[in-house]
Amino acid sequence: MHMADALLSPAVGGAMWTVTAGLAAYSAKKVQKNLDEKKVPLMGVLGAFIFAAQMINFTIPATGSSGHLGGGMILAILLGPWAAFLTIASVLTVQALFFADGGLLALGCNIFNLGFFPCFIAYPLIYKQIVGREPSQRQLFFAITAASVIGLQLGAFSVVLETFFSGLSELPFTAFLLLMQPIHLAIGLVEGAVTTAVILFIWRERPEIIRVEPLDKLSMKPLLVSLLAITLVVAGILSSFASSNPDGLEWSISSITGHQELATSTSLHNFLADVQKKTSFFPDYTLAGSESASEADASAKKPVSWPAVDSGTSAAGIAGSIFTLLLIGLIGKGLQLTAKH
Amino acid sequence: MINLHSRWLDLRHLDELAANDTEIHRLNPCIKIITTAIFLIVVASFSKYDLISLLPLFLYPLALMNRAALPFSVIAKRVLATVPFVLFIGIFNPLLDHTPGFQVGPFLISNGWISFFSILLRFVLAVASALILVATTGMDKIGSALLKMHVPKMFVIQLMFMYRYLYVLLEELSRTLLAYSLRSFQEKGLHFRVWGSMLGQLLFRTIDRAQRIYQAMLCRGFNGEIRLLRYNTLTKIDIAYCLGWSTFFLVARIYNIPQWLGALLIGRH
Repeated sequence: MHMADALLSPAVGGAMWTVTAGLAAYSAKKVQKNLDEKKVPLMGVLGAFIFAAQMINFTIPATGSSGHLGGGMILAILLGPWAAFLTIASVLTVQALFFADGGLLALGCNIFNLGFFPCFIAYPLIYKQIVGREPSQRQLFFAITAASVIGLQLGAFSVVLETFFSGLSELPFTAFLLLMQPIHLAIGLVEGAVTTAVILFIWRERPEIIRVEPLDKLSMKPLLVSLLAITLVVAGILSSFASSNPDGLEWSISSITGHQELATSTSLHNFLADVQKKTSFFPDYTLAGSESASEADASAKKPVSWPAVDSGTSAAGIAGSIFTLLLIGLIGKGLQLTAKH
Repeated sequence: MINLHSRWLDLRHLDELAANDTEIHRLNPCIKIITTAIFLIVVASFSKYDLISLLPLFLYPLALMNRAALPFSVIAKRVLATVPFVLFIGIFNPLLDHTPGFQVGPFLISNGWISFFSILLRFVLAVASALILVATTGMDKIGSALLKMHVPKMFVIQLMFMYRYLYVLLEELSRTLLAYSLRSFQEKGLHFRVWGSMLGQLLFRTIDRAQRIYQAMLCRGFNGEIRLLRYNTLTKIDIAYCLGWSTFFLVARIYNIPQWLGALLIGRH
């Protein structure tokens, strides 16, 4: 599932962009260094292949529903992790630009979620470990399915984290997690089955296509450590920049620490309301019913206290909104008319 | 299957729009990318409960659409097509957040609804601005701009290659799927018995094609370097465009323009 711009804060979006840009630059260097020139057109065409294959409906036997292909594992198996990461990045970029899948601010997140996990985690740590030099069909099946499922689970988890740290969605962490992980378990199983079917077909017909040479030592540890460091630093800098909205992080932290008490669903709402009050963006929050007398003095105390409830500012807000839209429409029309002449 | 064909048409349509020649199309592509980025960051930086202060920002997509002669329906259709995920996540806000936020006559709107509509507005703004960027710039110019902005060349080349072959492959796939659909009593999806062979065959053709392309490129002197036509002009208009919009975005971010206008109209604050 694609992360969307509308659910992202600049801090999270920026941090993920930085990490993804770093990964892409590193991958580009790696690919260029051991450039098998033949791979340049192959990467391009395979990107287009994945793009096209993602649009096919795969009927799932005995359910009547259908699944889709992500393609990360196929690419990693055919191209190796570095080239596969770049290829996925290019696919997602075109989708973000032309079909508005996700959006441009969320592109960093999406490339990371759908590229990093299959290419740099699932492929080397799961697929490569199970598949030896002469894998049997069964080994291939298990390796690909396990890698696809785990890659997607991590990706889905990452979507949950990104949404959560952005703090725009009210969905509690655990509930969102319980929503996303099972859905992606199903998607991962379909993905694994389709990938296995394709790779086994290639294995039977033209085995030379599948890379069997061992991977050049992927030193994951420094990569992961530096990634983590970059993420934290960038997120820190950006969130102190965007301190006009500090409640995202605060909210999430208090929610994480409060998880033990959050056992039943009846306490859920109270808990959220409580958190909401504690971390409220406007400390002198006024409740509508009880504060009708102090309305005037509230507005005197805080002249621009939007969105504290005050029917005066509300009326002005609504009138102003309508006026703004009219104004924008007029300016737009004016620009259109002058453009024609 | 129809989905595939319509997506392919979508791609072509945006490409055709990008081939137009208006003053927006003629702007420097780097400038357009930078302005879009600033716009996206400003939109995302609004706080969770900002709703009406987001409204002035609609001037940006609207002005560009009018100025670049983009049909409203083309952008609107694509925006609607991607709305479900945001709706799905956003709808939990009004369900979970009942704190009172805004009074309209006798009605009290909760903060949950405010943040929900705020998410929707952000979504429309972000998606529209991205689509407008492509529809007024086109992939070739975006590629050359990315190169100039020091995006790794390997990635830009990959992007351009992929984009080029997308057309060829989508056409081929849509023919293959049409053939399958005609021979399988018009099944909506691929039967699982043919998952491997269908995709595998497509992949073989793809790889063979890549080989032929590579050989053709070698014949024409390819040495691992892709030469893109560069667009180098950076005029005063470009700079004014970027600065002007950025100023507008910042003003809209800092001041609540609709609230101010409303106060002016009604005479209250």
